[in-house]
Amino acid sequence: MKNIKSQSRRDFLRSSALAGGGLMLSFNLFAGGQRSAAKTAEKITALNLAETWSELAAYIKITPDNIIKILVPNPEFGQNVMTSLPMMVAEELDCDWKNVVVEMSTHDNVKYGPQFTGGSNSMRMYWKPLRNAGAAARQMLIEAAAQTWGVSASEISTKAGVLSHSSGKTAKYGEMAAKAATIAVPKDVKLKAPKDFSIIRNSKKNSEGTKVVTGKPLFGIDYRVDGMLIAMIQHPPAFGMKLKSFDATAAKKMAGIKDIFSFKLYDDSFEQGGFDTRTHNEMIAIVGNSTWEVMNARKNLNIQWEAAGDVKETMSGRGGKIEKIVPGRLETTANQLELMAEFAKKPSKELRKDGDPQTAFKNAAQIIERTYNAPFLAHNTMEPMNFFAHVQEDKALVAGPQQAPGWSEPTLSKILNLPADKIEIQMTRMGGGFGRRAYAQYMYEAARISQKMKAPVKLIYTREDDMTYGIYRPMYTATYRAALDANKNLIGFHVTGGGIPENPIHANRFPAGAVDNYLADGWEIPSNITIGAFRAPRSNFNAAAEQSFLDEVAEAMGKDPIQMRLDLLKRAKENPVGKNNDYDASRYIGVLELLKEKSGWGKPENAGKKRGVAAYFCHASYAGHVVDMVMRDGQPYVEKVTSAVDCGVVINPDAARNMVQGAVVDGIGQSFYGELTHTDGVPDQNNFHNYRMIRHNEAPKRIDVHFVENDIDPTGLGEPPFPPVFGAVANALFKTTGKRYYNQPFMSEQSKS
Amino acid sequence: MAKYSLKINGKTQQVDVDPSTPILWVLRDHLNMPGTKFGCGMAQCGACTIHLDGNATRSCVLPVSAIGKSAITTIEGLSENGTHPVQKAWLEHDVAQCGYCQSGQIMSATALLKSNPKPTDEDIDNAMSGNICRCGTYLRIKEAIKTAANTSNAK
Ligand code: FES
Ligand code: FES
Repeated sequence: MKNIKSQSRRDFLRSSALAGGGLMLSFNLFAGGQRSAAKTAEKITALNLAETWSELAAYIKITPDNIIKILVPNPEFGQNVMTSLPMMVAEELDCDWKNVVVEMSTHDNVKYGPQFTGGSNSMRMYWKPLRNAGAAARQMLIEAAAQTWGVSASEISTKAGVLSHSSGKTAKYGEMAAKAATIAVPKDVKLKAPKDFSIIRNSKKNSEGTKVVTGKPLFGIDYRVDGMLIAMIQHPPAFGMKLKSFDATAAKKMAGIKDIFSFKLYDDSFEQGGFDTRTHNEMIAIVGNSTWEVMNARKNLNIQWEAAGDVKETMSGRGGKIEKIVPGRLETTANQLELMAEFAKKPSKELRKDGDPQTAFKNAAQIIERTYNAPFLAHNTMEPMNFFAHVQEDKALVAGPQQAPGWSEPTLSKILNLPADKIEIQMTRMGGGFGRRAYAQYMYEAARISQKMKAPVKLIYTREDDMTYGIYRPMYTATYRAALDANKNLIGFHVTGGGIPENPIHANRFPAGAVDNYLADGWEIPSNITIGAFRAPRSNFNAAAEQSFLDEVAEAMGKDPIQMRLDLLKRAKENPVGKNNDYDASRYIGVLELLKEKSGWGKPENAGKKRGVAAYFCHASYAGHVVDMVMRDGQPYVEKVTSAVDCGVVINPDAARNMVQGAVVDGIGQSFYGELTHTDGVPDQNNFHNYRMIRHNEAPKRIDVHFVENDIDPTGLGEPPFPPVFGAVANALFKTTGKRYYNQPFMSEQSKS
Repeated sequence: MAKYSLKINGKTQQVDVDPSTPILWVLRDHLNMPGTKFGCGMAQCGACTIHLDGNATRSCVLPVSAIGKSAITTIEGLSENGTHPVQKAWLEHDVAQCGYCQSGQIMSATALLKSNPKPTDEDIDNAMSGNICRCGTYLRIKEAIKTAANTSNAK
């Protein structure tokens, strides 16, 4: 039973509540790593068989007329999991992709595993379970044919959804599906060798493409049922403010308005789990028949706000209960920067130390020291936060855009005081996630409002609500120091970083492991501005700072920036310093070499180009970019980008290129323009007229994407290509303008120069 | 409240709403046509783009009372199954990531190609820069527009 210990408390409750020992074991297949989807499938196949659909191995249903439905466990927000995950199943099932229809599964962590889209984890998480499910179902179809034909299973082969026997007998999968569903799921299935892949590694079009281009109601904001009410919330205008009183008499009389009331997100004694956030605990709900009526009534509210003061929060996580004080101060960006500079001077927490950095710096012939700053960023998913909820006495249905329904469910259960198995969560397509939708306060708010209204309700945030709600990428700073000896060798490296309210430093990342004397330390400043994961959390800042700094160090060493990185990585590969280096130096080298080759780095024909390079490792993948910049109408413009990525086996190559291109565009946009500032706790930006997003004319003309070819199990792609864009852009800016850029967003620094 | 008779995708539809209601919410809330998206509500992102007499228009800031006899086309009106040349080009280039902005992008692109069947890169930038794609699919959008321009002319 040792797996149980490694389960989180929630997993344990969830699985035991549902079915006891048997299913808990199957859940452990995902939680533990000792997986075997076939066993999971065994339990499930026995549980339910649709009348017309024969369900094989949990994710697969086949009709008699040979339509193969593959269920997608993870919610979609644009990384195309609704295509790449079914491709894994179809590959091992050995079916014809043309016959596959794809459908979002229900939310059921026992049946489908973690169902979490985030951390660039979908490919890694499901690579084995989904292929196992496909292979198990194929084996069951073969067995069914063997029994039907009275031959040995070993004499039957499959190809593109057709079973054939050496005697000449053939049958489509559909013909054998009903029988196959009654067969015990095989315990050990053999998976294809990568050289035999015929679906994986062959580009398939987005399985929801046609629905997208025809405007079908795919998204949470499109969700609707008869009798549904529309709700909006009014949250305090500033971080550090709270509701004092309000008068809704006039607004309540307006056409279409059903009710206006204040409500609390959590009860005062609520213990927050890891992904719960409490930006504002008391808000006003405006509920009515239609969006426009609700928007208008909202303008007629008379509300008084007051300072919230310091607030005590209770967090309960793996390490037990922690109480923390969220300071009440109303923050202003200039003060935040001053405060960070002050903290940077204080002694901070040591995160890693190799050798004797102090002596290395004392003996250095040259020390380079640079400080980098980056602002809060709003996720600004194109679809604003929204959720549908219908809470009844004894059950609840919620539906909408959520990256991590399995994490929100326990909180929802506590808030509604309903057992988890009385709560149904439907996962809609998300109009962007980027980490923002791993936090579900908007789901809880919708549920609270529905519970009060005793009616189905769809809560919608306006863009202003969304952008000013918090859960931002934190504000960061880091100071890097390099010690060079008289021969310009790098003998010491020190990074110290901090942020509001989180420290960005990954102490065990490159160049840790490549420098004898190394020190990393960090600090944090508590704040009432809430933060959350933002596409490659922390990495998206570190890559900008560290990769710009390395560029400057290479310059001081008189080395080519790629060669300088390669030399350090060679050291880390052959004779690593320390044991805890969380990157694979060979794969890092592989990406840089591919990048060098494909970009024609150092080639005479590229001599006149203003180019910047950066590479970074995060979320188990490696990515690098060469950015070609020009001045256009007096402004720096990224004209072309060459990208190299190592994410192991590339499941769906063209879609993978799309992801990398998107990450490049996003990275240019965020580094050039992205910024959320505050004045007395009020966000200075609240919609796209004052929060600058990259637009068509600012995107590069070309982004060439290259993948390292190998057979390593696939790792993620949603995040890894994003962070190094920042560094490559910063380095190209230096080449283009002659000036180093230390503060993001770069274009506001550019306008000051 | 006031009654309006609207010409939408070739059909006449009646609604009874407040005259100030933006056509975006008339479509989404009152006519159950959610293909047209809400992104900003202030003509900054293009997610809500529709055609008014063939011209790309931001429906989030267009009150229903201002429409009069003009004909409205929404994404649902381009084609039922994605057979319009612009939709086909979008599928060919597998443009979408999250897909939320794409109705608006397609409507802007379709209007552009109607008035300028052979747009240059610069024409595309000018016509499309009001449409934000948070996922960064701009390069594929541009390619798709060029493909659609070629196939439309070949017809
Ligand atoms: S919603 Fe109309 S332009 Fe953004
Ligand atoms: S595809 Fe996601 S916003 Fe454009």
